[in-house]
Amino acid sequence: MGAAPDVRTVPIGAATTRPALRVMAGEAIAFRRNWRGFLMSSFGNPVAFLAAMGVGLGTLVDRGGGTATLEVDYVAFVAAGLLAASAMQNGFGDGAWPVMAGLKWRRNFEAMMATPVGPRDLFVGRLLWATVTFAGNLLAFGLVAILFGALDAGPVLLGILPALLTGLAFQALSTAYTAGLKADTGLTNAYRFGIMPLFLFSGTFFPITQLPTALQWVAVATPLYHGVELTRKVALPELGPPVVSTIPVWVHVAYLVAMFAGGAWWAVRRLDRRLYT
Amino acid sequence: MSTTSATDAATADPAVPMAAVVARGLTKHFGDLVAVDGIDIDVAAGETFAFLGANGAGKTSAMRMIATVSPVTAGDLRVLGMDPTADGPAIRSRLGVVPQEDNLDLELTVRENLLVYGLYHGLPRPLIRARIDELLAFAQLTDKADNEVESLSGGMKRRLTIARALVNEPDLVLLDEPTTGLDPQARHVLWDRLHELRSRGVTLLLTTHYMDEAEQLADRLVIMDHGRIIAEGSPRELIERHVTREVLEVRFGSGRQPAATDALLALGLPEVDAVEGLAERAIVHTRDAQATLDALDRHDLRPRGHLTRRATLEDVFLRLTGRQLVD
Ligand SMILES: Nc1ncnc2c1ncn2[C@@H]1O[C@H](COP(=O)(O)OP(=O)(O)OP(=O)(O)O)[C@@H](O)[C@H]1O
Ligand SMILES: [Mg+2]
Repeated sequence: MGAAPDVRTVPIGAATTRPALRVMAGEAIAFRRNWRGFLMSSFGNPVAFLAAMGVGLGTLVDRGGGTATLEVDYVAFVAAGLLAASAMQNGFGDGAWPVMAGLKWRRNFEAMMATPVGPRDLFVGRLLWATVTFAGNLLAFGLVAILFGALDAGPVLLGILPALLTGLAFQALSTAYTAGLKADTGLTNAYRFGIMPLFLFSGTFFPITQLPTALQWVAVATPLYHGVELTRKVALPELGPPVVSTIPVWVHVAYLVAMFAGGAWWAVRRLDRRLYT
Repeated sequence: MSTTSATDAATADPAVPMAAVVARGLTKHFGDLVAVDGIDIDVAAGETFAFLGANGAGKTSAMRMIATVSPVTAGDLRVLGMDPTADGPAIRSRLGVVPQEDNLDLELTVRENLLVYGLYHGLPRPLIRARIDELLAFAQLTDKADNEVESLSGGMKRRLTIARALVNEPDLVLLDEPTTGLDPQARHVLWDRLHELRSRGVTLLLTTHYMDEAEQLADRLVIMDHGRIIAEGSPRELIERHVTREVLEVRFGSGRQPAATDALLALGLPEVDAVEGLAERAIVHTRDAQATLDALDRHDLRPRGHLTRRATLEDVFLRLTGRQLVD
């Protein structure tokens, strides 16, 4: 076979990029197949949510004295909250089913481990690519929120940063959780009993001061609360207590950074255990 | 696992011939289970070396340790002169791995699978692109380049997995049961590809259940059983050492077979070295097949059918373990 590669022509190990960047490049290639779906959901979700919750429900809330209590139109209040909550959904999702697939069904993680790429590179590379896609999602969300007249362009662009941090913190923790699972029922359960309650009760749709005192403390302990509060304080700077909390911004940031760091550490450890047996 | 740069590998001088794999007392435990039980192996550079063994013998466990994706429980292991624990990434950058079960990315096309793998190896894109065309030709998949992997046949997938393992132009290729589950024609196509690699000086380390595969491909092989090496040598040496040059297979029909095998053993024929009784036939290691058949005839033990053939590694395995390789 004349066309066959000559094994000796190129120096061995002509490595060019850091392994994590290679993983990121691989993710980008797989992404090329579903960019249409990505665009659809990036714009479709915020349009649906803001139309239903912001405008539909919002009209009622505002007429019932909501604007007086919330200091802003309900659509603005909920848009800022949803920015963080949608990042949480993305973060959880990205660390859940694709990780399960990589380990069990698609088995591309196993294939990667036969190359110089290691578990840490795998985690960091996926995280880097997630940063790109989450940022894309959040930008689309922000754009829709601006078009709905819910938020102003400047603050919304700044608000993307805390939302992104929220998404990445959830992505790391979710990856760690999934890396130790044998079956995907654990993911459905985590969604049903973890993500859904957080979505509903962490201040996305109403200030947690509306909850009974005991539940308020529970809400303050949860990560999405800090993501929502932080994002809202940045995206709607005109708001003050009691619509937003008196907790200093650095506490929210520290909470989310700690969650991210802990999640990342645990994820690499569990991926290593799972893939290196 | 450390994540040091793969470029370290370039410092090893490829001009100096060295052993591709050296193992001493290599052991793998999974909890209480001993999957690999203290094996010694030397695979020279450029050699084709096979692990032959039945299901659960420990072939995959040994291969995964050599591939540096499974921690060594005990013993010493050097792969391409390096230590798998410390130099995993550097070793893997010079390794090609064909796992027992294909783990191609079914969501990608044939070409994308090769591209992504080249990227994981840190190769520059123009180089990968050039190599992809060569590898597609090598794997006879040029027509399928832009097809989804999902649409390929089993044999094509296997060839793609092998092509993928070659994208980094490895010095050592590990093939875990490269042809299991393929039809005879697809197997021959694959053997042909492996012969070509061998002729280019690539070291091949493969596992198989099939003696004909080991005979076809391997310069040297070990027979593994319950995690241990029970015989070692070239296919020819093993046959000469453990079995007669020819064997006689006699079939008496499944009902009569066990009794007939016992009767045949009881005859104590002088030219017969051993008899292996199987459910539907007996394999007679005899130095004179015709004499044995005549003796059977004289004793009214007329087989329903018989076959005299060259002894194979399968016969060696049966002699050594009392079991067949593939059941
Ligand atoms: N990850 C694991 N956890 C626990 N036990 C394992 C694991 N991998 C392999 N084993 C056990 O180790 C033993 C050797 O298995 P191994 O896969 O190495 O055999 P093999 O020779 O490759 O078999 P086959 O021909 O069926 O592929 C078996 O008893 C198997 O059940
Ligand atoms: Mg195996």
